[in-house]
This record gives sequence, C-alpha cells and structure tokens, in this order.
Amino acid sequence: MTNLGLDVLFKGSNFLRLLGGLWVAVRISLVSVAISIALGIPAGILMTSKKKGIRVIFRIYLEIVRIMPQMVLLFIVYFGTTRVFGWDLSAEASAIIVFVFWGCAEMGDLVRGALISIPKIQYESAAALGMDQMTSFRYVILPQTIRRLIPLSINLITRMIKTTSLVMMIGIVEVLKVGQQIIEANRKASPNAAFGVFAVVLLMYFLICWPVSRLAVYLEKRWA
Amino acid sequence: MGNEVLRIEHLHKEFEGNVILEDISLTVRKGEVIVVIGPSGCGKSTLLRCVNALEDIQGGKILLDDEPVDPSSKAISRMRQKIGMVFQSYDLFPHKTILQNVTLAPEKVQKRKKAEAEREALELLERVNLADRGNDYPRQLSGGQKQRVAIVRALCMHPDILLLDEITAALDPEMVHEVLEVVVSLARSGSTMLIVTHEMGFAKAVADRVIFLDEGRIVEESSAPRDFFAMPGTERARAFLKTFDYE
Repeated sequence: MTNLGLDVLFKGSNFLRLLGGLWVAVRISLVSVAISIALGIPAGILMTSKKKGIRVIFRIYLEIVRIMPQMVLLFIVYFGTTRVFGWDLSAEASAIIVFVFWGCAEMGDLVRGALISIPKIQYESAAALGMDQMTSFRYVILPQTIRRLIPLSINLITRMIKTTSLVMMIGIVEVLKVGQQIIEANRKASPNAAFGVFAVVLLMYFLICWPVSRLAVYLEKRWA
Repeated sequence: MGNEVLRIEHLHKEFEGNVILEDISLTVRKGEVIVVIGPSGCGKSTLLRCVNALEDIQGGKILLDDEPVDPSSKAISRMRQKIGMVFQSYDLFPHKTILQNVTLAPEKVQKRKKAEAEREALELLERVNLADRGNDYPRQLSGGQKQRVAIVRALCMHPDILLLDEITAALDPEMVHEVLEVVVSLARSGSTMLIVTHEMGFAKAVADRVIFLDEGRIVEESSAPRDFFAMPGTERARAFLKTFDYE
C-alpha cells in the first residue's frame, strides 16, 4: 500500500500540536471578525451617507483593501512599522490589525449592500405608519439588514480563517507552520509526511469552515 | 355631509422640471369615499403620495384637520399617524408576523399597551377573515391576504383618512375581489377614504364622488358616480372609460 505519511501524526504530541496551531488560526480570525463587525457596521452606514465626500473616502479605502495583497500588508505592518515608527507590535497583533483593516472594509461593504437592498417601500410604509426615522430604523430597517447580513458575513469569516494561513510568513506558528515543522523534523524517518500532514491540515480547515458555511446556507434559507 | 377631514388647495407638484400635478383642489369630508381614476401616468398615485408627504410639493397647500401636511416639518410623523396608507406592492414587514405587523406602530408609535393593541388587531383581522393567521409570516400568505393585512395594519392606527393606492393592481385577478370586498365594507361602515384604482366596477360601487385626472389636472368631478360611469361629461373621460369596454 502507498505510504501516505500519516504515521507522523501519531508520534509524540504531533496531533495535539497541530490542533494547537489550528486554535491560533481560529483565535486570530475570531478576534478579527469580532472587531471587523463592530467597526464594519458604522462604516457601512457611513458608506450609504448622503455626503459624497464620505462615500468617496470609503470607496477608496475599499479599493485599496481589495487591490493590496494581504501578505504585503502583513509585511508592512509587522516589519515596516518597527523601524519607521518604532512600534513594537507582536506578530499576532500585526495580523489582527491587517485582518481588521481588511475585514472592516469588506464588512462595511456588506452592510452597505444590505442597507440599500431594503426596498424603498419598507421605509415608506414605516413612515406612513407614523414612525419617525429612529423608530423605523430600529424596528423595520435594521432587523431586516441584519438578517441579510449574517449569511454574507459568515462567508467573510470563512475567508478570514483560510487567509490566516498567510500569517506564518510573519512568524506566527499556526496550523500550517506546525505542519511544516512536523514534516521537517521527520524528513528522514517519514519522507512521505508532506502529503499526510498537509492533507490533515486541509481537512482541519475544512472541518472548521464547512459547518460555518452550512450555517450561512441555513440562515439564508430560513430568512429568505 | 359632515366636517372636512382633508383639504387640498391649488396643489402643484413638479419633478425635475416636469409638471406632475397642476392646480389640484379637493375636499374630503368625514365619511366620504372619493375615487380617483385616470390613465396611467396621470399623477393619481403621486397625488396620494403628496397627501401622505411621501413627495414634496412645489405649490399649494394640503390640510388635514386644518393642519398643514408638510414633509419637512417636525410634526410630520404625528400627522402621518392620522393618515392610513396602503400601497400597490406588498409592504408588510417580512421579518414580523402578521400580528406583529399590525401591532408594531400602535405599540411603538402610539405607545399603546401590547395586550390592548393585540386585542384590537385580532378583532380587525377577524373582520378580514385572517384571525387564524396572526402567527404566520407575510411570505406564507397570498397576495390578497397580504393586502388585507396591510389594510388592517393601517386601520389599527385609527386614521382619520385612509389612502388606497391601486391596492389590487399587483394581484392575481381571483384575489382582487376578496380585497375590494373589505374596502366596500369599510365604506359602508363610514370610513373616510381616498382611493386610486383601475377597477371601474369597484369604483362605481364604492364612490361617493369620482375624480377623473388626466395629465396632472382634474378634468371631471362627479358626485353621481353612476351617472358619470354611464355618461361622462367630458370627451377625455369618455375616451378613457371606453378603454375598459370590450365589444
């Protein structure tokens, strides 16, 4: 039988180490997502602002985020700022800053999209019932916006989890890096480990992201 | 006839340089049912939207119980509580149950007690045969049922006047009747209504007064709807009514 190189996983605490690495990845994405949502909602409301200047500023911000590769951003924040501004940021803090910079823009755009997708008639019928703007926003517009938003933001969460695989480039020992270390350490004894270990890492990403994306599908159907 | 509820004086409405409504004057007294008809694009829906301040106006006055209706005034939310409106497209709140749709504004705007608002909502739903659907969501209802709920939702605010803007225009033909029946029974029970419709048979049955609007102006006004539909006084109204006949 072909040796898939799975044996190294059962050596010592290798599997637990992988799980530990997975937790680092999940922790970075959870913190980033939470901050992104908190900042993205006001950002999205501002993106629908009647003032053109505000809209343009956010548009530029969003375009920059989309065009810039996250890895370059990671390098700038982690390596670049240390010398230039003398900031001593930890790798994890740098990763969270970059992910929030990205997540806030994307989340803001999702909020903007959800807000403008609420039909005008919903605003009008709330107004026709004598609701002032605050009442209408709180009881009619916002609940519908959030329902539209949750499935979309869950997709953003899975994208963030996947993108955490980049943070090993600034020295964070997350699941992919742990996998590499295990493979390196067993190069002689189990030359086939590269396949088995990376396959298990893939499976781990899948097991984290899949339920999250199923939840999105479920919520989308339920609130359709 | 009793006292005035709504008075429109020389209303003028423009949009991007186009005149939509010109010199419209109209009085609606308590208990009166006014039906506005006219070809599409004649401004009849805009007229209703102006009355509810969903459109700004460029001239003239709209008075409800002698108070001006003005979109830019702070009092507008309070004024709108006295004006019920039902739209053409389904405008129920999709995230709320039928009962919550009806009680939301009474509770949050009029600050009425939940139990009392629900009791009245259920009574009104009973009147349109939907009392058993209170816990359903709008998506579970047919178009006709949704429009009946929309009428109930407006009624639960105890408006002084009800504006109905082509409320059956988006419905399948077999559902038109169940909705219009509700309106007919409201008319019989003395509700004050300003109605825009394309259903001529319904207009004839329900109207105390018919107003024929064309190109933003009142072309003909009749307090004898039966006579108007049998023999309109103006050539334009005659031509318009003819488009509903098939011979």
